[in-house]
Amino acid sequence: MTTTSAFDGVIEEFDPIIGLETHIELGTNSKMFCSCSAEFGGDPNTHVCPVCLGLPGSMPVVNRAAVESTIRMGLALNSSIASWCRFARKNYFYPDMPKDYQISQYDEPLCFNGYLDVTVVTDDGPQIFRVEIERVHMEEDTGKLTHGGGAGRIHGATHSLVDFNRAGIPLIEVVTKPITGTGRYAPEVAKAYVAELRDLMRALGVSDVRMEEGSLRCDVNVSLSREGEPWGTRTETKNVNSLRSVERAVRSEMLRQADQLRAGERIIQETRHFHEETGDTTSGRSKEEAEDYRYFPEPDLVPVAPSAEWIDQLRTTLPEVPSVRRARLRDSWGISDFEMQSLVNAGALDLIEATINAGVNEQAARKWWTGEFSRTAKERDCELEDLSVTPADILEVENLIASGDLTDKIARTVFEGVLAGEGSVTAVIDARGLKVVSDDAALLAAIEQALAEQPDVAEKIKSGKIQAAGAIVGAVMKSTKGQADAAKVRALLFEQLGVTE
Amino acid sequence: MSDASLNSDLVRQSAATLATAIARGEVSSEQVTQAHLDRITEVDGQVHAFLFVDPEASLARAREVDAQISSGVIASPLAGVPIALKDLLATRGVPTTCGSKILEGWIPPYNATIVERLEAAGVVSLGKTNMDEFAMGSSTENSGYGPTHNPWDLERIPGGSGGGSAAAIASFEAPLAIGTDTGGSIRQPAAVTGTVGVKPTYGGVSRYGIVALASSLDQAGPCARSVMDTALLHSVIAGHDPRDSTSINAPVPDVIAAAKSGDVRGMKIGVIKQLQGEGFQSGVISQFNASLEILAGLGAEIVEVSCDHFQYALGAYYLILPSEASSNLARFDGMRFGIRVGDDGQHSVEQVMSATREAGFGAEVKRRIMLGTYALSSGYYDAYYGQAQKIRTLITRDFEAAFAQVDVLVSPTAPTTAFKLGAKVDDPLAMYLNDIATIPVNLAGNCAMSLPAGLAPEDGLPVGFQIIAPAMADDRLYKVGSALEAALVDKWGGLLIDKVPSL
Ligand SMILES: [Zn+2]
Repeated sequence: MTTTSAFDGVIEEFDPIIGLETHIELGTNSKMFCSCSAEFGGDPNTHVCPVCLGLPGSMPVVNRAAVESTIRMGLALNSSIASWCRFARKNYFYPDMPKDYQISQYDEPLCFNGYLDVTVVTDDGPQIFRVEIERVHMEEDTGKLTHGGGAGRIHGATHSLVDFNRAGIPLIEVVTKPITGTGRYAPEVAKAYVAELRDLMRALGVSDVRMEEGSLRCDVNVSLSREGEPWGTRTETKNVNSLRSVERAVRSEMLRQADQLRAGERIIQETRHFHEETGDTTSGRSKEEAEDYRYFPEPDLVPVAPSAEWIDQLRTTLPEVPSVRRARLRDSWGISDFEMQSLVNAGALDLIEATINAGVNEQAARKWWTGEFSRTAKERDCELEDLSVTPADILEVENLIASGDLTDKIARTVFEGVLAGEGSVTAVIDARGLKVVSDDAALLAAIEQALAEQPDVAEKIKSGKIQAAGAIVGAVMKSTKGQADAAKVRALLFEQLGVTE
Repeated sequence: MSDASLNSDLVRQSAATLATAIARGEVSSEQVTQAHLDRITEVDGQVHAFLFVDPEASLARAREVDAQISSGVIASPLAGVPIALKDLLATRGVPTTCGSKILEGWIPPYNATIVERLEAAGVVSLGKTNMDEFAMGSSTENSGYGPTHNPWDLERIPGGSGGGSAAAIASFEAPLAIGTDTGGSIRQPAAVTGTVGVKPTYGGVSRYGIVALASSLDQAGPCARSVMDTALLHSVIAGHDPRDSTSINAPVPDVIAAAKSGDVRGMKIGVIKQLQGEGFQSGVISQFNASLEILAGLGAEIVEVSCDHFQYALGAYYLILPSEASSNLARFDGMRFGIRVGDDGQHSVEQVMSATREAGFGAEVKRRIMLGTYALSSGYYDAYYGQAQKIRTLITRDFEAAFAQVDVLVSPTAPTTAFKLGAKVDDPLAMYLNDIATIPVNLAGNCAMSLPAGLAPEDGLPVGFQIIAPAMADDRLYKVGSALEAALVDKWGGLLIDKVPSL
């Protein structure tokens, strides 16, 4: 493929340095600085109050649950937790910002100096890359603008509507240090890092990270340098909102910068926009004329000073770290690193574990999720977890197979119906009439009919050509629409003809 | 007694007297409220203390309180007494302008915590008082709605920014008022109108619902004509508020008990060396010294205390205040409340924001927004905002060192008596110097009171005496203040305000 060779060319000549700033909405009940509901959606401007509308005179109060979530996230990222830190105001005018400043953290983040190990499958097998974390801090989200007329952007719009339901939703921002030494795996490392971050947040229960609702947003920094030269100028691609896009954004930006550098042009420090349709980035605002946010400590809030006891107590609430959990499951299931990594990449791990916990045996659980279901997800270009099949469905089907009511083959048809949205397992079985036909009389009737249609075959079998039985079994399976147990049909046939195998 | 004389008698009573009479059923809150509304109708054309009055709403509220009282419920020691509110307080359903054209027509959907506390205490609002725009000024001349006049001399300023609240009390339009004090906006108007005003300890009174000028300096407080009335109001509005995270979660000092037991025997009172002499009007100094002699005569030990860093206070203040104000005032962008200019379908959102701010803000507000924006800019932050914060720390330490030696500190409240309207409008620096004695307290976050010390011989205008106490020792202000006030009342045969010319 030409892209691959072009990318190989980039790697031969340049070394990429990447960095990621990830904003994730916390799953607290209330907003960051007021008691409004933080639930997604709702009619526009129904989850609002004087505080999150920034009305004159209103004042913020810090949501303790958000601080707690941030500290737990920091601890899970192996960070230091500040014993004293302040919020800061980031000042800029924008109509989706109620106060025309955002309450964020500047030079005193709550968590700092951590790391997250991520695994990427390389040509030499799975390899761990350590991503160092610069900081984890808290801030509030802005409102949401909808532009009328024009191209849906603020420029050229005839009017704009603003919904402040999202204004004040607690966000955490996780910022990596520059990630070096990833070479050709830079795009995969970036993707694996964001996936790992997502899994960690879910495991901690601090956010359910609904990426399709925009609750995780990534800014991707990329620069290239030639060996022995200082780091190149970086660009920042804003609002990259899916795992696949993170990978694509890094790759396309590496290709673009390499072209530029080879042509003897310099890289401009700028923000760039990512386009889902093409996977390309285009130039946005130049950072060289960057806005001055005039940060200063937020005087309406007292400093956050978590006690050592509180931090210790939160440390005891940390769940198993995803990488440790994966190692445990790998050993327990007796699979290789490589197999485990492909389960992770397919997004199947949680689902398989849930299926096993539901009572399905390990092998069957893995088989369904990595087989049928993965194929369907690929066809539909969606995540496994978005499919309309549950661990309980798998248990139900597996139980029916065990009792002889379904064969493996019929089970596939059942799931085909479930995945097509035809209803529950039972509903699909009923609607499609899918059950093993085990009634001897019905099978014998079908066998007799098949023998009558192919009289020569009966003679062949009787004369010892047992392999000829296949034609009759096949005919019976066909007439019962595959719902007969083939072994049983065969046994009945021989019995009928008085032949022993 | 005719209605007219009853009314003129009622408006001259203290809040404490009115509350007692109302509680005993000798007079109704409705009658007291009506008397003050009549007085407003009579004199506010000359004084212009009020920006908004809704007589029907005030009377309706007074009748509710009367009904409560007649059913035996007396909500507080101020139940049924009317009050004037500085127009910086968010009042649900009642226009709130902050003295600015940019907020013309804004009707808040919520109440400031103070307003809620006053309502719960059965205090009846008369309306909203005039002020320098967004509390930026020392004369009320920066109001977008015209200046307020000093009842002692209508040609003179009533102080600022809370000139409306002070003038309302001094002209007997209201027995009580709420002010806010960022650099002296309660105390300096009290000084030049011959009334009493207290800036409580920072965090002592909730800031929730008070439109912010400089969040780390702002503090609301009580205004009245006597120390006792001030204490009664102080105790109603003070206390922890979970909606203001800078509010102090500790019991409110017992200011009423302190006001009742005014006594300075054995107390050490420190005179701040840096806040006298050059720049202070001679009559201000003479009245200040006369008060010191009284305090010494009452048994206090008077010593001089040096606060070396106070000389930098004004400079630090005029960096910190504009910095915070530039950010606090960003939200006035014409998008969600107040006026909107230039939204004709031809202009971008940035242009509309800009045009709205250009049209809505006055010159002083723009000056301070520009100063603050500059001081916070990257590359200048350390030199300006950062340095100012260091000065702030040093001033706080000066106070700590002083309070290790003395119980309270004292100084004249303002360097001069009320000046003529227009005298300093073109000289911002001269205007800023009015607050030289009051600003250090805001920077350090402790508390202070201004009470009348007499009239300056050269112009016959009131002089303010400032008492400063450590944080959360607000009761000391009242202990010293009421002792001095009692001695002065003995000397004058009444409160200083009784000498105000009739309008
Ligand atoms: Zn809210």
